[in-house]
Amino acid sequence: MGNANKVTLQQKKSGLTDANLLLIITIVVFFVMYASAMAFLGEGFLKAQTLFDMLNNNAALIIVSCGMSLVMICGGIDISVGGVVALVSMCSGIFIEYKGGNIYGALAVSIAIGLAFGIVQGYLVAYLNIQPFIVSLAGMFFAKGMTTIVSSDLESSTFNVMNEAFVKIKDIDIIIPFLGYTNKHGKYMDAHIEIGVIVAIVIVVLLFCVLRWSKLGRNFYAVGGNMQSALMLGINVRRTKFLSHIMCSLLAGIGGFVYFLHIGSGSPSHASGMEMNAIASSIIGGTMLTGGVGNIIGTFFGVLSLSTIQNIVSSLGLGEAWWTGITIAAMLCLFLVVQSIIMSRQKIMLAVRNFFNRRKN
Amino acid sequence: MTDVKVKKEFSIGAFMGSILRHQIFIPAAALVILLLINLVGDFFKDSSFFTISLLHNSAGNPVLSGNLISVLDFGSELAILAIGMTLVTAATGGQDISVGATIAIAGSVVLRIVCGADGVAYSVSPGTLILAFGAACVVAMICGAFNGVLVAIFRIQPMIATLILFTAGRSIASWINGGALPRVNAESFTYFAGFIPGIPIPTPFFVAVGCIIIIAIVLKVTNLGLYTQAVGINESSSKLNGINPVSIKILSFVILGLCVAVCGLLKVSRASGITYSVIAKDIEMDAILAVALGGNALSGGKFNMTASIMGAYVIQMLTTTLYRFEVEPDALPAYKAIVVIVLVVISAPTVREKAKSLWTKMTKGQKKVKEVA
Repeated sequence: MGNANKVTLQQKKSGLTDANLLLIITIVVFFVMYASAMAFLGEGFLKAQTLFDMLNNNAALIIVSCGMSLVMICGGIDISVGGVVALVSMCSGIFIEYKGGNIYGALAVSIAIGLAFGIVQGYLVAYLNIQPFIVSLAGMFFAKGMTTIVSSDLESSTFNVMNEAFVKIKDIDIIIPFLGYTNKHGKYMDAHIEIGVIVAIVIVVLLFCVLRWSKLGRNFYAVGGNMQSALMLGINVRRTKFLSHIMCSLLAGIGGFVYFLHIGSGSPSHASGMEMNAIASSIIGGTMLTGGVGNIIGTFFGVLSLSTIQNIVSSLGLGEAWWTGITIAAMLCLFLVVQSIIMSRQKIMLAVRNFFNRRKN
Repeated sequence: MTDVKVKKEFSIGAFMGSILRHQIFIPAAALVILLLINLVGDFFKDSSFFTISLLHNSAGNPVLSGNLISVLDFGSELAILAIGMTLVTAATGGQDISVGATIAIAGSVVLRIVCGADGVAYSVSPGTLILAFGAACVVAMICGAFNGVLVAIFRIQPMIATLILFTAGRSIASWINGGALPRVNAESFTYFAGFIPGIPIPTPFFVAVGCIIIIAIVLKVTNLGLYTQAVGINESSSKLNGINPVSIKILSFVILGLCVAVCGLLKVSRASGITYSVIAKDIEMDAILAVALGGNALSGGKFNMTASIMGAYVIQMLTTTLYRFEVEPDALPAYKAIVVIVLVVISAPTVREKAKSLWTKMTKGQKKVKEVA
């Protein structure tokens, strides 16, 4: 007991909580990785557009990972997000291309699908006390199966959406001044980002504020950190869990729409493995599956780190497909071990101090 | 007379209650429901679900065929995996999601040794096969130990720790064979997953039964089961009682590794080759479902191996049933998900309690009505 008191005192003195340390490590690793890529690989990485392309390609993943972090902070997990993204992009595609719907209708469809998944899964997890892993596993199965069932009436399950109004919106580029580059033919190209990136950044900022300052956000941390004491504090634990699942699935729905906006086609094989990428990004960003620890900014940098690694691997000329998988796994392993060491470092430091104290005595 | 009757009714109620509360009840009920569905389906179909016919395959050997045989055949991998997954679940309170990827690694190792550098083998000697299987076992056990170390020593949540191999596994498998797709054209290699000449029952069934017997003996003779449950229920108190939780956790992952190696051999034997992205795809989900269906708590602690193995066969039965009703392979998960949700909701303690109180209310109401009458 005495030791435990000492530890808490130390934490207060240093002013740097474990969660903040994890966040700082993530950000530092990202910048070091990117800077060394700039220094040693040069060329592509020196162009600002590379960074923007990373954002363009991963806008959906950022949104989905934010939802994942949210539900992980609250002590749950949702592995159905990849399936929901696939289902949403397929449904939006069919709605616009075959049912003559417009883009706002497609957005409404996406949000409705996300909400439906969230309400069902949240109810099962929060009010019927079923393990979130099993519930969202079933959710993933259901979403993936539905993606195939929905597309089974079409002549081809993979199609491009040609609707003019949609293509117009899809092709909107937001031009960033002063950061353009000159291409091989000596033509000046503007640096540009897509609408999805704006949506993703807005969501990141919004969620950061919600988690940091709103009552709901603090409740998420409280419930994830210790459910019993959250209950004692008078927090409605069940409703908080329910809301976290709804928000996660809702974000998966929005993420699916952004994904669709980026890719502009429907296919049952879209977004396969996205849930694992989202979990990996959240973990690299310093969210812990045990709940109560995490930060949306960290998740954002987690996604960027993941895609930087992929870019570095491909520009190193390791063309064989297996290198991407192996490096991502190695990075994940490294981060997990570092997290684990950080979380138990106080124990180690205490042991070291005790050792020296004994010497003195 | 009336007294005796009342007593008898009461005892039947208690008996029913004990059955309902027994862990085997959930998979058994699911099995019965599936059989009933198939029985009803028989009226709408030309062929019966339950027919088993003795045919002769291309080599002229007698083979049994039928839906029930295919459940026993294809359910074996799942049953073998369920053994290891149950132990891991009980000890760590988490699940190993890397089994599919590790099966790819084990299968790749087997083919690498059987086929050598050429990538094609026309004959397989027993010595090579034993060597290949031994190597696959070692590699799969190392993978298991890697997961186990991350979980037990670094205290990473099992699902997340195994995410590493889940991401890397298929890549490593393809790296082992240099990205090539080796094929085995020897007939003797298919015996593992097909039929041994002269025996009409598919071999995987015997392999699964062998594994089940081994684990039954291990659980009976050693303290593995007790220690695993102790670690799963309360790690620190098991430590105080002289059990080493770290080694028990790693051991459970290593045992799962062995199960994975056996599955890897069966899988490559079935296909006589390997496709890295497809082999044993989504099998981890089925294995976890088998454990959950067996009524084992996914948060660790007590387990019932028989229920898990039954769960595995029930899931295979479900798959076969869905195929029989001409469901597209890709649409299969949607139906599976509905079944899973229904099962999980039925077996959820909260729901059961509510149903119980509702039941007592109803019966009490009836009694009152009777009294009034």
